[in-house]
Amino acid sequence: MLKVDNVSGGYGKESIVKAVTFTVNKGEVLGILGPNGSGKSTLLKIISGILPKETGSVTIDGQDASTYSQKEFAKKVAVLPQLHAHAFSHTVRETVELGRYPHQSGLFSSWSDEDERAVTNAINSMSISRYADNSIELLSGGEQQRVFVAQALAQEAPILLLDEPTNHLDIAHQQQLLDTIRQQAIDKGLTVISVFHDINLASLYCDRLLLMDKGKIARIGVPQDVVKEEAIQSVYGARIKSQPHPELPKPQITLLPDTKEEIKPFTVVKEDFSIASDFVALRTKYPLKTISSAVHNAGTGWYRSFVNRHVDVDYNVDDVKAENTSYLEQQGFHLTDTVGMMTAVTTEHTEVEEYTGDFGTILIAVTAGVGNAVDVSLALTRDQKPRVGTINTWVIVNGQLPDEAFIQAMITATEAKTKALQMESITDPLTGTIATGTSTDSLLVAATQQGEFLPYAGPITPLGKLIGHGVYDCTVRAIRAYKKAKGWTI
Amino acid sequence: MSKSSVAYIVSAAALLVAVWLGVSIGSVKIPISTLWNAGADATATNILWKIRMPRVVLAGLVGASLAISGAAFQGLLKNPLADPYTLGVSSGASVGAVMTLFFGISIPFLGIYTLPVFSMVGAALTMFFVLGFARLVDRAMRMETIILTGIIFGSFLGSVLSLMIALTGEELRQIIGWLLGSVSMRGWSYITMILPFVVVGSFMLWMNRRELNAMLFGEERAHHLGVNVKRRKFTILIGGSILTGSAVAVSGTIGFVGLVVPHMTRLLWGSDHRHLLTLSFMNGATLLIICDLIARTIISPTELPVGVITAFIGAPVFAFIFYKQRRKGGM
Repeated sequence: MLKVDNVSGGYGKESIVKAVTFTVNKGEVLGILGPNGSGKSTLLKIISGILPKETGSVTIDGQDASTYSQKEFAKKVAVLPQLHAHAFSHTVRETVELGRYPHQSGLFSSWSDEDERAVTNAINSMSISRYADNSIELLSGGEQQRVFVAQALAQEAPILLLDEPTNHLDIAHQQQLLDTIRQQAIDKGLTVISVFHDINLASLYCDRLLLMDKGKIARIGVPQDVVKEEAIQSVYGARIKSQPHPELPKPQITLLPDTKEEIKPFTVVKEDFSIASDFVALRTKYPLKTISSAVHNAGTGWYRSFVNRHVDVDYNVDDVKAENTSYLEQQGFHLTDTVGMMTAVTTEHTEVEEYTGDFGTILIAVTAGVGNAVDVSLALTRDQKPRVGTINTWVIVNGQLPDEAFIQAMITATEAKTKALQMESITDPLTGTIATGTSTDSLLVAATQQGEFLPYAGPITPLGKLIGHGVYDCTVRAIRAYKKAKGWTI
Repeated sequence: MSKSSVAYIVSAAALLVAVWLGVSIGSVKIPISTLWNAGADATATNILWKIRMPRVVLAGLVGASLAISGAAFQGLLKNPLADPYTLGVSSGASVGAVMTLFFGISIPFLGIYTLPVFSMVGAALTMFFVLGFARLVDRAMRMETIILTGIIFGSFLGSVLSLMIALTGEELRQIIGWLLGSVSMRGWSYITMILPFVVVGSFMLWMNRRELNAMLFGEERAHHLGVNVKRRKFTILIGGSILTGSAVAVSGTIGFVGLVVPHMTRLLWGSDHRHLLTLSFMNGATLLIICDLIARTIISPTELPVGVITAFIGAPVFAFIFYKQRRKGGM
């Protein structure tokens, strides 16, 4: 559809774009990324014929672009301009009608039904018919941009070039605009090439990305291959982290600012735990990076209050989350800062212990109610509802953990818990076999992300060893306390 | 009825009224029926056909030329302050005219037409120098380059004018009178002289009405919409210069019409050049015919230079329309 072959060029003598080659297929959306001055806008201007090229060729539909007349070119390629002010104002409809310019010929060329249809369609697809007769200068920036998209659509060119189309737009308008363009690409098979400033938007809306560096192509490919930490860091010179989008298989980046000095070194100690009559709480000076299966604020995040709340055995509420949220609020916890679990075990049976390794210390807190223990290997045949009887395990690490270490820590902690159940001969009352856990166990791993870097937390790593030992130790003690409270024979 | 049809009807009616008033009113009142009444008074017929009518037609052509080229230049240069004189072409025309007066040049076979012919030559030379220099400086001929080149040439030629005025003796009154602008006592021959230029120049601009619409969004945008910007720009500049040069050559530098008529037209009927050019043409003619009528009747028998009246009448009218429109929130 559109082929750029060995194109160099730019303003003046020195070429800004150097020997760039790529192809864009029909219906594809290609995003051009790159730092300021990397030549991305220049490349677009060369493709659209605004700037001359020194070498190479641009081929559109198998024909050299420079052989098209200006009007023929405009029938093939529409360009969405960046917003700018103008001296005299047209109405919205007049502006969109200008998009039909390349389709008109002759001195008295009259307005055809085809022209009218294209303009009406363009106006409708951008939902701007409401102000078709208004002057465009009376519209907001977002509305104006939609008018110009409609103008480009009225051109009915199979290729659309955009230069930072979301400049000056708020996020709602950014989304609206890019959704529409994406939809047009799907509906009409439009080929879209767009320069983006925002890497995340480009990743979300483009099929492929082209990363430019000093006038050359640094990388080209699907977003997963281009939005990579090392590529972005080396081209932009900014520290970033790449993470998957929560809903789509597209990478998103986050800046890593150099503001660590704002958080003074701190460690979590056993004294930070407080035990009240109906909850155990840990309050830390700064937020900990946390992953958990808690009731309140499950998942990953940064939190500084951790609550394990005691509820009665017959606690039975329809909306557990809402009830728990209002409880935490009443107790004075800052909701966005707090992770909350629940247990039927009374707070005095909480086991909290600090363990010291070569790298530093970890803290383990366990409450174990094993009245409803389950052997997970035989759980397939069960059909009862989960009942109260929970082992809640917290692992707090004074150290820096990468994502994989968090997951390994969870595995290690779970294995240690299961071993504790086995050693304490806790059985699944239904099957009579040794239980592996209970039906509603919860686990939390949190780290200060300071001090020693701990790359792994498998069972024979320094951290893993400590977690394994600590969780086993605390769980056994918690089970014994539970048994004692229930009057079971040990 | 669409807004544009209303615009054309109103403008045409105004022009007809202006022509009617222009030929009827004066030291001798002449009924409009003299135009077609063969049995009318011979003196009246004479005054009408030999004096009033050519004067009205010439005023109309000059006003129309200045207004349409003003509209095109404002659109092309995207500058509301642009007018037909921005390019400096009028200064060239003035230098040519003043030179004939200053040196008392009279080419035998040209006779009284020496001045307008010299003036047109001055305008043409200036146009080629301005456009050639602008192209030399900047091959892309950006609007800023054109405006600056116009200013450079305009001020240079202006100083040549001032020099001649400073050194002149008894021709001073004649020179100043010409510079202030007038359409009196020109006769039909002046009309036949400028008519071809008015037709060609106006046609060149009108041919580019859609392109002017596109160029209001900037040259880059126009390029993307499929306009051959370079060629179209050249056509518009040359067309406008032809109109301006010929208008100045026959009537002197009449101000205000080229600047303000396009604005008034835009305020009233919108800035779509498909209509703006033609409507400005009509309204420019109307305004100058009315102004000329006032110029020759207000302190009759003394005639004022029409250039004095255009701004005197035009400015308050413009102020009124401007006020009305802004209060309405339009424009």
